[in-house]
Amino acid sequence: MEGRLARIGLRIWVGGVLLFLFVPIAIICFYAFNSSNIQSWPIQGLSVKWFSVAWHDPQVRAAFVLSLKAGVFATAIALLLGSAAAFGVHRFRFFGREAVSLLLVLPLALPGIITGIALNSAFSFAGIGLSLLTIVIGHATFCIVVVYNNVIARLRRVSGSVYEASADLGAHGFFTFRTVTLPMLSTALISGALLAFALSFDEVIVTTFTAGAQNTLPLWIFGAIRLGQQLPEVNVVVVAVLLLTVIPVIIAVRLTGGGGITRGSAAARSAMDSGSPGA
Amino acid sequence: MTSTVAQGGRPGGEPASSRHAGGVPGGGSARLAAALWRRAWLRATLTLTPPLAWFLVIYLASLVVMLVTAFWSVNPFTNTLVHTWTLSNFRQLFTSTYLIIIGRTVGMAALVTVTDAVLAFPFAYYMARLASNRGRQLLFTAVLLPLWASYIARVYAWIVILQKGGTLSWSFQKLGLGAVNIGYTNTAMWLVFSYIWLPFMIVPVYAALERIPDSLLEASGDLGAHNWRTLRSVLLPLALPGVVAGSIFTFSLTLGDFITPLLVGGANSNFIGNVIYSNLGTAGNLPFAAALAVVPIVIMVFYLLGARLLGAFESL
Repeated sequence: MEGRLARIGLRIWVGGVLLFLFVPIAIICFYAFNSSNIQSWPIQGLSVKWFSVAWHDPQVRAAFVLSLKAGVFATAIALLLGSAAAFGVHRFRFFGREAVSLLLVLPLALPGIITGIALNSAFSFAGIGLSLLTIVIGHATFCIVVVYNNVIARLRRVSGSVYEASADLGAHGFFTFRTVTLPMLSTALISGALLAFALSFDEVIVTTFTAGAQNTLPLWIFGAIRLGQQLPEVNVVVVAVLLLTVIPVIIAVRLTGGGGITRGSAAARSAMDSGSPGA
Repeated sequence: MTSTVAQGGRPGGEPASSRHAGGVPGGGSARLAAALWRRAWLRATLTLTPPLAWFLVIYLASLVVMLVTAFWSVNPFTNTLVHTWTLSNFRQLFTSTYLIIIGRTVGMAALVTVTDAVLAFPFAYYMARLASNRGRQLLFTAVLLPLWASYIARVYAWIVILQKGGTLSWSFQKLGLGAVNIGYTNTAMWLVFSYIWLPFMIVPVYAALERIPDSLLEASGDLGAHNWRTLRSVLLPLALPGVVAGSIFTFSLTLGDFITPLLVGGANSNFIGNVIYSNLGTAGNLPFAAALAVVPIVIMVFYLLGARLLGAFESL
């Protein structure tokens, strides 16, 4: 129904939105190589010296290690609970089935600050000191849905007859699970785990309320920006975090063709299922 | 749920499992497998209990504690929580200071939502209806990357761009458009929020547009509707659930954000999020922060009810 003019207009619009989305990311990547410690544009010269400075900064290192730990533990919990929930919701019809999906997505759909302050109140009430454990609890809570989305998108695409075929061939439940279900799910599980890790590694709002004196990497960045200190190091660390959140997405897209790779929004899932990009 | 947990804990004792286990080789594990295979409710309980328990014990219980905390107060001398019921926190919310902050936050969230819907619609339309298969796949990835890319990195990018002597003012000067200095203002926040949440809007709008069958648009044309009429009477109403679904995220995430107001906003930019944040810690007032956190919850409950009326969930 589009005229020629409308098509040209739409192309320009798409190009504009793409520039809007990616130019800031490109600029921040450029800043990581700024040789000066003055932040003005255009940058005065190129250098990689701040990478070395950041790498040898004990505070940055400690924050990096804490973020890695939190990400790994939260991802492990999310893998177990998210895939279990996906199995349950996919296989069985029960009262309140829709409510389960809604409950799981709530920590991503409600502002993070609510999860944060709620957990903070609960830890304070229960007398639990803030530590790595409380960070992991917070992260796992919003990471579960990421694994859930990936696994359930895959389960929906698999025909139920493969299980029947397996049973007809004499395999019992666990054998079928190990030799049929798990191999089919493996890429969805890997992609869910990568995305959960990316989400955890970058999270700052909930973490603010669940971390004690220790800094995760995003908390360190946040603190440094607020104080306006160590900005050349911030430039470098920010790009590192950017890479650690983008690389998992690229791998996940390659593995799954895009199914389930949305942050909470179930809309894309149905879009992917109905046969668009790479499905 | 807890009552069924107790039942799920003793699968071995079921008489039916031993009756059927004869067909399956092996001992206890095979019998257990057979029992699990036959009892859907048992498997449902085993798979659903751990995640639901996590959400009930940790997430929902925490929300309840937060709600209760909102009715407590802080002893101003010892800075400890006083566990007696009071409405004073909520009364304080209805003073002009906080009503203005709530209004400012809701206004910003609405503005950001509208901006993102306007930016996203033509983009999603192109993706869904004009792009080639390959182009669509590339565009989808191009939306997914910023959707997942580090939040703090993307906010920081704008701080660098908008600051004095940053990329924006440099470009404006080069283009001869004069000085521009919007760093640390509400305009800057609007720009940054719109930027950060845009992918959250594009994805569901695309999903909604992609589902509209071509025949519907052809029918509209056959019935004599010109393009604008088809856009207004066919495309927009059918895309609305997608826009509403996206707006849940753009609206909700703006409501509770405190990073962007603190880092990008100016002196006069108190929003719900950073007021909650400033009440955190030993010098803060956790009960008041909890009461203030109830505001976005209430707003979102009404928002979700409204979204449901508009059919945002049926289409997902």
